[in-house]
Formats: sequence, structure tokens, C-alpha cells
Amino acid sequence: MQLELIGITILWTFLYGYLIVASIDFGAGFFSYYSLLTRQEHIINGVINRYLSPVWEVTNVFLVFFFVGIVGFFPDTAYYYGTALLLPGGIALLLLSIRGSFYAFANYGARKSRTYLFLYGMTGLFIPASLSTVLTISEGGFIEKRGEEVHFLPWELLTSPYSWAVVLLAIVSVLFISASFLTYYAFKAGDKKAMEVLRTYALSWSGPTILSSLFVFAALSQHNMQHFENMFGLAWMFLLSLVCFLGAIILIWRRRALGWSFVLVMLQFAFAFYGYGISHMPYLLYPYVTVQSALTHSTMGWALVISFIAGLLLLIPSLFLLMRLFLFSAKYVRGEPK
Amino acid sequence: MDPATLSRILTAETLAFHIIWATIGVGVPIFICIAEGWGIYKKDPHYILMARRWTRGFVITVAVGVVTGTSIGLMLSLLWPQFMQLVGHLISLPLFLETFAFFFEAIFLGIYLYTWDRFKKPVYHWLTSIPIIIGSSLSAVFITTVNAFMNTPAGFEMTKEGELTNLRPLEAMFNPAAPSKIAHVLSSAYVTCAFLLAAIAAYHLLKGKRNVYFKKAIKLTMVSGLVMALLTAVAGDLSGKFLAEHVPEKLAAAEWHFETQKEAPLILGGYLDENQEVQGAIKIPFALSILGKGHPNAEITGLNEFPEDERPPLYIHYLFDGMVAIGTYLILISALFLILLWRKKKAAWNPWILRGILIGAPLSFAAIEMGWIYAEVGRQPWIIRGIMKVEHAATTADHVGVLLFLFSLLYIALAVIATSVLIRLFRNNSPEQELEERGIIL
Repeated sequence: MQLELIGITILWTFLYGYLIVASIDFGAGFFSYYSLLTRQEHIINGVINRYLSPVWEVTNVFLVFFFVGIVGFFPDTAYYYGTALLLPGGIALLLLSIRGSFYAFANYGARKSRTYLFLYGMTGLFIPASLSTVLTISEGGFIEKRGEEVHFLPWELLTSPYSWAVVLLAIVSVLFISASFLTYYAFKAGDKKAMEVLRTYALSWSGPTILSSLFVFAALSQHNMQHFENMFGLAWMFLLSLVCFLGAIILIWRRRALGWSFVLVMLQFAFAFYGYGISHMPYLLYPYVTVQSALTHSTMGWALVISFIAGLLLLIPSLFLLMRLFLFSAKYVRGEPK
Repeated sequence: MDPATLSRILTAETLAFHIIWATIGVGVPIFICIAEGWGIYKKDPHYILMARRWTRGFVITVAVGVVTGTSIGLMLSLLWPQFMQLVGHLISLPLFLETFAFFFEAIFLGIYLYTWDRFKKPVYHWLTSIPIIIGSSLSAVFITTVNAFMNTPAGFEMTKEGELTNLRPLEAMFNPAAPSKIAHVLSSAYVTCAFLLAAIAAYHLLKGKRNVYFKKAIKLTMVSGLVMALLTAVAGDLSGKFLAEHVPEKLAAAEWHFETQKEAPLILGGYLDENQEVQGAIKIPFALSILGKGHPNAEITGLNEFPEDERPPLYIHYLFDGMVAIGTYLILISALFLILLWRKKKAAWNPWILRGILIGAPLSFAAIEMGWIYAEVGRQPWIIRGIMKVEHAATTADHVGVLLFLFSLLYIALAVIATSVLIRLFRNNSPEQELEERGIIL
């Protein structure tokens, strides 16, 4: 396999990993605060906190990994995206900082604070919105090159229907992924009440998810015809994604095999996300940067691939240990002391 | 102000804020591990409680360290896109590896926090602290090699068009500056945390608390503190020798050493008059030659050998002096405490000694800041020494000012809130109460 394909596959996979774990995390923060407002806090917060506490820091690493990796494999992206994303990227960073630190203040600090939970919950919705602008910008049309200087066109971004469709999709997907995971987690914990609340969340966010993905298709066909045609060529992936979605909804509806239903949700997003990614190729930033043009020198590229494999050998057993201790330990999930 | 200046301010501010938490993140796990291990070994619940309490505070500081670290990581590309475009080909390996180390640490921190009572044998829980130390120290190592690369770039050749060719990533990572920098960064982080934790206990003893818990905490941290402080001095000496050989203008600017000469003196304090003459300073003959080359007769390159637009600002002299003075103080106070403790037990707990230990904590953080500013400003005007100047690396985008404003607010808020959360966390729950709750009576 060619180096640039290995590189982009690794990165895309990490971004997908971030999409799943961060969605669970962002959504959980929002539900946590929402339940406080609707006075259902005592029902679902135990489940949410038992999941989040040991893993919140790990979630963050997926994102760091992606942006360090993309600059490593494709240094030219730093130049274009770095200049263009100063404002949206800076704001995303600001929100991530607020969210991460206030999670710790609220959960390890001395007392529960409504303000901390509010900041933690609300930033969880704005972060996916600001991060998703990266995907929008990658479609082209929001960056202009004049001579050697790269200019970002914020007004175009703010008025683009495509951009808003992506933001909408990002937010509702976060809520849907999170609710369907937490339904499963509450089910494992044997917490019927929490499961029922979370199940309604999952079902009510399922419709908006599908609708907004249709919006994205429509808006993309207006914005970047070439990419849209590429996607059309990969229609089977998007159809499989839809099938997985329907399967997941049926299982959640019937309160059956909730573990499998979450696997189907993951597959639904995997098919859509990889379908989108493959049809995006070879551009990293349309039309300026392609995977070939931005690739780092091959010595560095291979060094990165080797260190990636070495890193995985370290990470996979540790992640496995983490999951055994907290995710798949029935006792821990139920909140029983040993 | 132009984007380059604003970018410099924002980067400096973020780093200055980050290194406070990062230092705690690198150093404190060592002491948590020592305390828990010693407690298990000696079957002394005081030390186990110490590890628990330190861990609780540590989590809050780690959170701030993680978010500011993420910020600086992304800001590298946002504020210095041309820098990352040029050297991304060369330094992405250590950056990438740092993420792995961070990942490793994050996983085991989660495990450590939530498994205090889950294992049958306490030693299993203690074992999970080892990967935290490995992860946090290794991420410091990797990120320091990146900074070292900016001081002494290596592992490539440059074509006439300014492209990098013939890349040797490992050589770039283990560049000449890396060993002495890594040694100095790690040892100074450990010594700073030793004093931070000792100062907390000293504060309580000064407040009139008598529990033996606090005395044990000071003994443990001061023994390790003295060792680390001595190691830091050795690492500092190595750095001096490294600078004299590889980055002479930085050493020369720090020492106001203008003319190349043998038997060079070391200058403490003083000021420069309008003729660039050193006034009112203490001169220690031969000391700079010894610091730089290990021989009183050795020749030290002066600042005048460098073109004027490639000289770092001269105020870094004070930062250098401050850092060295504090380092010396830390060695003296911890040594004094241990000698007193060894000779006649009571005198070691004299309030003046305790005050001396207490003040060691803010001083050592000040030294960390001064050392960093010295190292970074001493590289000016280069972002990569000899290759790229700072103004050519900065973003051309507008709005840097907006971000500077927002991030300044964020850092102020984080500093205030994190401190008050930490204070409240410990004030409402004293070690005495906890000892009683856990039924520990010795």
C-alpha cells in the first residue's frame, strides 16, 4: 500500500474513533445538564458518571492524536488549515479547555456546582459544531490563495447552507450516538429507570439524524458537485449505513439486544464516515491540497508508521484493561463496591 | 500590533501558564508512587493516605494541564503555520510519540483513580502508578526534544530553495541540545514538586497542627527533594557546557560576555550602562570558563562575534541569575533541614526552617518560569536557530488579537477557579479527619 493511503487511513480511523467516543462524552454532558433542569438527575446521573469518570481524559487524546498525526503525515495541511482555522479552531480549543477543566472541577472538586455542570453540558454541543467546520472547509470555497498568502473567507462560511447542514448533522448525531450508548450502558447496569429515559432520548434523536444527513447530501450537491458525484458512486456504503440505522432503531424500540444495537449505530456511522472519506479522496483541501502533494518525506512517513505500530502494541492491551475494569465489569457498571 | 507579535504573546502566555500545570503533572506522580509504595512496604497507613490525598489534588491540576497542553499543541499549527509546514517533515515523530505517551498516561490515570479498593493485593494498585510515571515523564522527554531541535536543528540538509532533504528523523530527535535539556527539564520538575508537596505540609505545621502525618510528608519530600535538586544542578552544569559549545550567543547574552576571552568571569547581578559596560556586578573569576568548558583557562565566545540582528536580548541575564540563585537556595534549605534532622531531631522543626521550606515552593515555580523564558528568549530572533526567524513563521491571519483576549480571560478564570477548588477540596477534609474516618490510629 502506498504511504499516503496508509497515513490517511490511520488518521481517518482515529477521527472515527474520536467521533464515537467524543459523541458519547459530549452527549452525556448535555443529557447530564438537561436531566438537572428536568429534575431527572437522580435517575440517570449515576450511570453517566460511572462511565465518564475513568475515560474522559482518554477521549481527549483521540483528537490530539488526529491533529498531531495529520500535521505529521501531511505538513502542508498545517499551512493551509492553520491559517484558515485560526478563528474556528481557536474557539473550539477554548470550548474544549472549558469543558475539560470544568469536568474535573465538577466531579473531583469539593462540591457540585450548577454553573460548572452548565458550562460542561453546553460546551459539549458547541464543540462538535466548531470542529465540524473543518470538514466544511475541506470541501473548498472558503479559502482563497492570493499570491503566497492564504486567506480565509469567514462570511462565505457563515452564509453557506452546506456549512449549516454539517453543523446540524454534527449536533444531532452526537445526541443520537450518546443516547444509544447510554441506553445500552444503563441496560447493562440493570438500571431500568435510567434505561427508559435514555431510550426515549435515543428514539427522539434518531429522526433528526436521518433528516439532517439528507440535508447534507442535498447541500453538498449544490456546493461541490464533483464530491457529490463521487459519493453517488459509493451509494452502496450509504445504503448499508441506512440499513444499520434501521436495525438499531428496531432493536432499541423493542428493547432487545441493546449491545448489538449500539454496534449497529457504530456501523451506521462507520459506513457513512468512511464513505464520505473515500469519496473525498484524493483531496485534503479542495482544490489546493491532495494526499500526494502534502505527503511528508517518505523516511519520516515510514518512521511514523513504525512508531504507530509500536504505539498500538502498547495501547491495545492498556485499552483492553481499561474496558475490562470499567466497561465490561458488571459489578463496576452496577456501582457495587467490591 | 502585527500578527507575529500577537502570536508571540499568545504562545508565551499559553506556555507560561501550561508549564506550571505540566510541571506538577510530570513531578507529582513520582511522589504519589513513592508514598504509596513506601506505605505498603512499611505497612504505614499514613503514607497511603498521603498518596490518596496528593492524587485527589493531582487530578484537578492534570485537567488544567491537559487542556492547556491541547491548546499549545494546536496553537503550534494555528499561530505558526509556516514553521509547522517546514519542520513538520522533520519533528512530527517526537510529537507523534508524545501523543502515545500521553495516551498511555491517560488510560492508567483513569485506572489508578478508580481502583483504590478494587484489587485484593494493594501492590497491584501501586503497580498501575508506574505507567503514569512512564507516560508523563516520556511525554516531557519527547516534547523537550522538539524544543531542543529548535535550538540545535539536526538530521537534515537544506537545498538552495530552502527545502529540507536527506531527513534523518532519529538524528533530529536526538539533536545535540536534547540530552542536557531533557535532564534539566525532568529533574527540575521533580524538585519543584518535592517542594510543592513539602510546602503544603510545612504550612500546616506552621499553623500549629501536630499530627505526625505532616512530618512524615516533609521528611519524604525533602530527602527526594535534595537528591533531585543536586541532580538539577548537575544537569544545569551540563546545559552550560552544551551552550558554550553549540549555542554560544545564548550563554554570552546571559552572562553579558561581549569579548571572546580566556579565563572568563561569571557575572552576578549588576546592570548595563549606556556604553554596554557592566556596572555593580559581582564577578567570580574563571567561573564562566569552568561552567562553559570545565577548565579555568578555556576560551568562551563573546557576543560581539555575532551580527547585531542575531543577538538575543540582554535582559535574560537576570533570568539566568534568578534561576541559578533559586536552585542554590533549594539545595541549601533541603540539606540544612536533613542535617538538622539527622544531628538533633528537634531543631529541624524550627519555624524558620519550615518557613524556608514553605517559600521554596513558589520560588521553585518562579525558577521554572525564569528558566523557560531564558531558554526561549535566548533563542531570539530565531524560531529554528540559523534556519527560520520568528517573524517568517507567524500566521498572516487576522483575529489573533481576538484569540489573545479570549485565552487571557480563560487562563485567568482557570487559575482562580482551579486554585479555589483545590483549596476547598482540602480545607473541608483535613488529614486528621480522614485518619479518624479510616480508623487509622498509630
